[in-house]
Amino acid sequence: MNNKRTELKVSAIRNGTVIDHIPAENVFRVFKILNLDNTNRQVYIGTNLDSKKYGKKGIIKISNKYFENEEISKIAIVAPTATIIEIEDYDVIKKENVALPESIDNIVKCFNPKCVTNHQKVPTSFRVIEDHRGKMKLLCRYCEKTMGQENIDFI
Amino acid sequence: MINIKNRSLVSITDYNKDEILRILDIAEGFEKDQRQKILSDYVIATLFFEPSTRTRLSFESAVKYLGGGIIGFASPDVTSVTKGETLKDTILTVSNYSDLIVMRNPMDGSARYASEVSPVPIINAGDGANQHPTQCLLDLYSIRKTQGSLDNIHIAMVGDLKYGRTVHSLVQALSLFNTTFHFVSPESLKMPSSVKTWVKKAGLEYHQYTDFMEVMPKADILYMTRIQGERFPDPLEYEKVKNAYILDNAMLESSKDNLKVLHPLPRVNELNEDVDDNPKAYYFQQAQNGVYVRQALIAAILGLK
Repeated sequence: MNNKRTELKVSAIRNGTVIDHIPAENVFRVFKILNLDNTNRQVYIGTNLDSKKYGKKGIIKISNKYFENEEISKIAIVAPTATIIEIEDYDVIKKENVALPESIDNIVKCFNPKCVTNHQKVPTSFRVIEDHRGKMKLLCRYCEKTMGQENIDFI
Repeated sequence: MINIKNRSLVSITDYNKDEILRILDIAEGFEKDQRQKILSDYVIATLFFEPSTRTRLSFESAVKYLGGGIIGFASPDVTSVTKGETLKDTILTVSNYSDLIVMRNPMDGSARYASEVSPVPIINAGDGANQHPTQCLLDLYSIRKTQGSLDNIHIAMVGDLKYGRTVHSLVQALSLFNTTFHFVSPESLKMPSSVKTWVKKAGLEYHQYTDFMEVMPKADILYMTRIQGERFPDPLEYEKVKNAYILDNAMLESSKDNLKVLHPLPRVNELNEDVDDNPKAYYFQQAQNGVYVRQALIAAILGLK
């Protein structure tokens, strides 16, 4: 009985995409990155939901929308644990974890105010790396500075 | 594998160990015979968007000893940059007038960008706080020359290890050799963990100190850097540490016979002038080595050596 209530906290969608296992604190960043404040599709958001794996999690469901790889890689930067589930007629037709790409091109700004990309018309380019603690960092192709998730700002 | 011809040099990590050693070997040849007129058909551009004494003059001296022509500027004030010309347009224009461009620019990453848009090779003479690979090459040349080899060296780096770009590049380059690192700095200016990770990944040792004298009997090379007051958020903290990392002649008494003192210059007060006459002082010869190394680099990139 209890289990059923948990599942019903966010309504099911007939067709579209469910983004599950978003770190609770980044739900609204994912929302913003996917430009969902400008959509006319139905969107459900849940945050601080209980998760066995992560403690707290967020979830976003978007009706009648499937995402391109480039959009998915944007999500991966702020929600590397997220799962993308595609739904057709209430059935799961595809379920996969987001994967960090090797490089992130022309999507995020460099946080270094002295970086050439912030002064000239240069498309940004970052290599996705891990620091010595295993945390994801972006290494700027130009200024060679690394930035963590907390400094990421999208173009 | 050595592949230097027609390639830009932006960051010291663009070169592998063999390529670094190749440049140092060519530089040795120029130290023995500096005036080889191999550049008489070439024009080199030096674009300095930021002030410099040693780097610009040593590049220009290198070109002139090789008989080459020089064009360029020592300040962007006299150029179309003041009219808002983009870096790309400046580079594309100057590449029509020269075979190789040497550039210093205050924007981090400007050299990598220039190398991507330029049809002629770029040598990075300093891009903001990012990279200064020719300083690194002349440091390596000075270490090899004074110690006979780049392997099995104990190097002590002293001062501002947090922000100093020269020490970061030098650690990266020396990690290709069997080096033991001794990092001496105030707590607030310690070597960043990203640089220490580089050392660990190379399977090498590093030690950290706040007491300058502790490292003195261990070092083969003492690499001094300047501590800049403006780096400290708290001026009181600067006052506390500013005199702790000043080298004077008496302090060198406990050092090894083969020790040499290096400094990228300019110095402020961290090297007392009474060190200058000690045979262990090597910083002015180090600056002279910069000419041989830059001759070697230009010759190698143009495929003349």
